[in-house]
Amino acid sequence: MHVTANDGESDRLVRVVEVDIPSDVRFIENVVELVRHECEAMAFARRQLMLNVPVALAEALSNAILRGNGDDPAKQVHVRAEVDAARLVLEVGDEGQGFDLEQSLIDPTTPDNIDREDGRGLFLMRKLMDRVERVEVPSGNVVRMTLNRG
Amino acid sequence: MSFSIKKEGGIVVVDVEGQLIVGNRQELKQKVLDELESGERKFLIDFSQTGYIDSSGLGVLVSLSKKIREQGGELRLANLNDDLKTLFELTKLDTLFQIADTRERALNSF
Repeated sequence: MHVTANDGESDRLVRVVEVDIPSDVRFIENVVELVRHECEAMAFARRQLMLNVPVALAEALSNAILRGNGDDPAKQVHVRAEVDAARLVLEVGDEGQGFDLEQSLIDPTTPDNIDREDGRGLFLMRKLMDRVERVEVPSGNVVRMTLNRG
Repeated sequence: MSFSIKKEGGIVVVDVEGQLIVGNRQELKQKVLDELESGERKFLIDFSQTGYIDSSGLGVLVSLSKKIREQGGELRLANLNDDLKTLFELTKLDTLFQIADTRERALNSF
């Protein structure tokens, strides 16, 4: 689903994309392109279009598909992207139990961790977005990421 | 997204076309490991045609670098654009890899 709308109160232009995908990593690129296109339409900085948005969103989708939904294609991942002239707000939801973001503060850049194959996903999401938070929902798990337009 | 492999002067050169992410990292890993098993020891990965790389892609590069070193070989990287350079700097992987500005410089550095 793809919606473009005006906010009635402030008359600001808001572009909203909502999409559900099966838990299959082959869908990641297409979702990233969809969201990147919306950010491009809102004149986000080139660096944000080429680095921050694609990498952080790919990480969130990968987490949702592989960890949250256990790579089970019968389970869905819900993505909502709201973009306006000030910021991008991304929400990625899965059907899992979620995890405590504050407990996932491994620093992959220390000498002990630098040659580990894993452990860079959440680190990159935090580095590339202005805010990363877990949203309380009745069932499942939602991660919200906010990027102010550069 | 795809990978092409060719040999230039005894060096295995891999071009990463498109993204290097969770969906295709195993393909890259297997292609390089196949070359390593067949006796190749010098590897260059060229990112001039690469879009973005996620943490899984970075993880595969780290893993390949270790496996190649364990066999007495070397893995070098070339042609990172500014965004990819930033990614390597954020993760400090620029300290783990030998990275050349151009393919030619990388080939001549072995």
